[in-house]
Amino acid sequence: MFRRALGKTLGFVGYTIQYGCIAHCAFEYIGEFVACTGPSMEPTITSNDIVFSERLSRHFYRIEKGDIIIARSPSDPKMNICKRVIGLEGDKVCTSSPSDIFQTHTYVPKGHVWLEGDNLRNSTDSRSYGPVPYALIRGRVCLKLWPFDSFGPLNDSPNERISRNS
Amino acid sequence: MAQQAGFGRKYFKAFVSGFFVAVPVTVTILDRLAYVARVEGASMQPSLNPDGGSSSDVVLLNRWSVRNYRVQRGDIVSIVSPKNPQQKIIKRVIALEGDFIRTLGYKNRYVRVPDGHLWIEGDHHGHSFDSNSFGPVSLGLLHGRASHIIWPPSRWQRIEPSIPTDRKPLLNGSQKSSEDEDL
Repeated sequence: MFRRALGKTLGFVGYTIQYGCIAHCAFEYIGEFVACTGPSMEPTITSNDIVFSERLSRHFYRIEKGDIIIARSPSDPKMNICKRVIGLEGDKVCTSSPSDIFQTHTYVPKGHVWLEGDNLRNSTDSRSYGPVPYALIRGRVCLKLWPFDSFGPLNDSPNERISRNS
Repeated sequence: MAQQAGFGRKYFKAFVSGFFVAVPVTVTILDRLAYVARVEGASMQPSLNPDGGSSSDVVLLNRWSVRNYRVQRGDIVSIVSPKNPQQKIIKRVIALEGDFIRTLGYKNRYVRVPDGHLWIEGDHHGHSFDSNSFGPVSLGLLHGRASHIIWPPSRWQRIEPSIPTDRKPLLNGSQKSSEDEDL
């Protein structure tokens, strides 16, 4: 009887490990659900929305300008940030605000991306902490799931910050 | 004839179920527990690859110990290169966030390492693409901590954290000094 109990326990542990590993692979390589907080992506994403971010674009290096991405914060690796990609490596981005008289530009270095929130007035992003290394990106937000009345894919940027050259 | 087809199906089913167990478990172990990597290049001589081109060291990278991004000064770590996200580089941690250090060939002579960042250097100064070229690196790029050299067998050893004496930080950012406790 003791042997049967031991056998069952081992079987249970084995199944837990197996399903835990499958769950890890699914969340790491396919996609995960994210609850966003904060005002920096309004009006596209409001605080306490739930979105689905897929990991495949990041692993195949197919993140593009205009995508909304979830990344690890450069100043605190345990926090995540949700911003829009304004420029990829080599792109010219405008670092001054639209109200300035003299426009300053910078080029995004190799291996980095330039991130900005849609709510330009209330967002700390690459305009404060500079370009972000590509490897900090975790996934691309592709679907909004909650609130239910705005279910579906996300809109393009309401600001004219993305230069559509080349 | 029908018996052979039955055996074939049984083996196919066993193979598929084994595959779906082995692949996720292996991938999870490589992502979360440990990773094995070959060190290329001369940037960490003489600690790693002391013979140069003839034989490359293979190190065991402990990924479990960096899951909370806690490293010590002097650890050898592997990070994702900030200039090329498809490449990993192995260097030594010289300074943690808040430390004030003197750099070797960086655009600023003295640097305070920002919050959430690390300063890494290769032991072979001058032959190393490290923080002296690209500046402090974000902790989120940390991949693993090299804990043991496992190949060639003559170089089996545990890697201990150690900073070269001339590269110690000028001011430690977060270290509690013993004088503070004598009140």
